[in-house]
Amino acid sequence: MNLDFSQMTPYIPYMLEGIWVTLKFVFVALLIGALLGTLLALFKISGPVPLRAFAIAYTSVFRGTPLILQLMLIYFAVPQLTGYDITPFLSAIAAFGLNSAAYISEIIRAGIQAVDKGQVEAAQALGIPYRAMMKDIILPQAFKNILPALMNEVITLTKESALVSTIGYLDLMRRAQVVGASMYRQFEPLLFVGLIYWILVMILTLIGRRIERRLKASDIR
Amino acid sequence: MIYVDGLVKSFGNLEVLKGISTDVKPGEVVAVIGPSGSGKSTFLRCLNLLEQPTRGTIRISGRDLTSKNADIRAARQEIGMVFQHFHLFPHLTVLGNLTYAPMKVKGFGKAQAEEQAQKLLRRVGLSDKAGAYPSSLSGGQKQRVAIARALAMEPRLMLFDEPTSALDPEMVKEVLDVMKDLAKSGMTMVVVTHEMGFAREVADRVLFLDQGVLIEEGRPDTFFSAPKTSRAKDFLEKVL
Repeated sequence: MNLDFSQMTPYIPYMLEGIWVTLKFVFVALLIGALLGTLLALFKISGPVPLRAFAIAYTSVFRGTPLILQLMLIYFAVPQLTGYDITPFLSAIAAFGLNSAAYISEIIRAGIQAVDKGQVEAAQALGIPYRAMMKDIILPQAFKNILPALMNEVITLTKESALVSTIGYLDLMRRAQVVGASMYRQFEPLLFVGLIYWILVMILTLIGRRIERRLKASDIR
Repeated sequence: MIYVDGLVKSFGNLEVLKGISTDVKPGEVVAVIGPSGSGKSTFLRCLNLLEQPTRGTIRISGRDLTSKNADIRAARQEIGMVFQHFHLFPHLTVLGNLTYAPMKVKGFGKAQAEEQAQKLLRRVGLSDKAGAYPSSLSGGQKQRVAIARALAMEPRLMLFDEPTSALDPEMVKEVLDVMKDLAKSGMTMVVVTHEMGFAREVADRVLFLDQGVLIEEGRPDTFFSAPKTSRAKDFLEKVL
């Protein structure tokens, strides 16, 4: 065994900074994905035919092609086609946001459709308007169905975020490579960020479990 | 109050209602009976447009529900509906179930809506359950809350879609008692039911549907003792 973490010590703050860089873009991408995904899900469920078709085609394209391809396309094609020199950060949130919107829209659609149809009828029979019904009656119930799958998506996104290292965005993964190159030792920095990714995912898992438990507690009462 | 003329409802090629015509006077209690698949639930659901009629006219307190520019939501506010499977909002308390629509749709203030809800809960005998969630209630209690929820919108007409069919036998009476009370108070009611006892005792008129056709209608005493049609006779022999 030839493991020596001591050489890595001066680089540790540099790599730890990557946590913030990674989390920042994962968070923004997730926000875009959630908003766009909700919209797409509503299109799929109750939109007029053109919007429904768009949402279905959108999901099909973004789920049907590799994420790294979408990332490369955005990063390289935008400057080539428009002359706008897109930054790695913008490319990253665009690719991950658009991609996760496809997955999240499916999660939300399934969650909404799992709510008993009688709930819609009861709301309609009371004369409750569509928006209020969705916001106050259907979505709160759908959220319980959605949450576990949504947590899964957050975790996947956090891990897959390492892909942005390929376009030179200085996230955790990229920083490990940079440190590895300057030390001529790859193994230690890779192990180090691997541990950080795992810890991040564990924290997310615990948060998810806690929310789920709280929602369940309101079931028994 | 209700005027129905030539009501036809098809699902694809299947014609479920084949031209129903009848009317209901204010304060009248009408029981709709018939074998399963006769279209009685579909008939009821057409009355508040949970099913869109294929053809025909429905007018409720002068409002034409079947015209193109009908304000369906406004009409539904005047029509209370009680479902076989209750459909209470599970994430809201009993009080929340009763106050949500009046606050959202009728613009009641919170205090006003809650005061009215308490009054209705007393009326259905569930004053102590205001803070409970539906999951902790029995079937009979759920259905009584559902009736109170519909009444909270101060409807002029109440529709009941087999309100006791999903209940354990020992809970049927508590729900029927609430309905009898409501009938006595002068509410106009259309009740799809398998409870022949209720139809005979409470209804002013019985509609007998079979295969999407209104076969026979009449006062319950004459209908149950001397049905005119052989189909009604056959049906009553099976259920009584």
